[in-house]
Amino acid sequence: MAAPRIRVKVPSSASAGEVITIKTLISHEMESGQRKDKDGNTIPREIINNFTCEFNGTKVFECQLDPAISSNPYFEFYAKVPESGTFKFTWQDDNGETYTEEKDIEVS
Amino acid sequence: MTHLTRRKLFTLAAGAGTLAVAANLPRTANATPEEAQKAISEFTGGKEPQSGKITLTAPEIAENGNTVPISISVESEMTGDDFVESVTLMAEGNPNPEVATFLFTPLSGRAEATTRIRLAKTQNVVAVAKMSDGSVYSDRKEVKVTIGGCGG
Repeated sequence: MAAPRIRVKVPSSASAGEVITIKTLISHEMESGQRKDKDGNTIPREIINNFTCEFNGTKVFECQLDPAISSNPYFEFYAKVPESGTFKFTWQDDNGETYTEEKDIEVS
Repeated sequence: MTHLTRRKLFTLAAGAGTLAVAANLPRTANATPEEAQKAISEFTGGKEPQSGKITLTAPEIAENGNTVPISISVESEMTGDDFVESVTLMAEGNPNPEVATFLFTPLSGRAEATTRIRLAKTQNVVAVAKMSDGSVYSDRKEVKVTIGGCGG
């Protein structure tokens, strides 16, 4: 499969202690393991099974995904920003790959 | 993914009658509310969830079961020792009841999250929240599904 396309929306600046909204989207088939191909064979499961968001190395939010999450998993969640730093987003694929993305935020 | 067009659907229905209906059923039997209940009590450690504090937002009618927008929101201060540890989502009528589990920290600021889920048919969706003091809360919504979202 081609490398997934990742889109993450984080405000570029915030005031100290502000709670911001984060939106993430990753392109992924999220093959559920329930479907069959045209010969009647079950297509093996291949999903993103875990998503985490860290801020300067501290965990902010995590989601454990099951096959009932739609393809191209989308998340919207919140984060409190105490200081300037970097958000790191990590997606864990069933096939062992991890996909990461980073976004900086400036606290004024 | 095979797209079932209107034309194909009619041909199938005319040609195979009830077979067309059977082909839409998932390979394995769907989960029952009891299975979902079992998965919930595993999550809560056997505690009976109370109502309140958690709100599950879902559409009343989902035209496409492949992407149903779901939001959860839990009332909490989200400070050092009073926060929401985790929220799990269950779908009672899917092949597997587990949908997702969200883990929050005090850095989350707000115990709210939105995602998109698959629903195989019209069913109840249940959200259960586990607080840092060990109490559990749940909310439940019925979602009517026009086209199921689990292949077949």
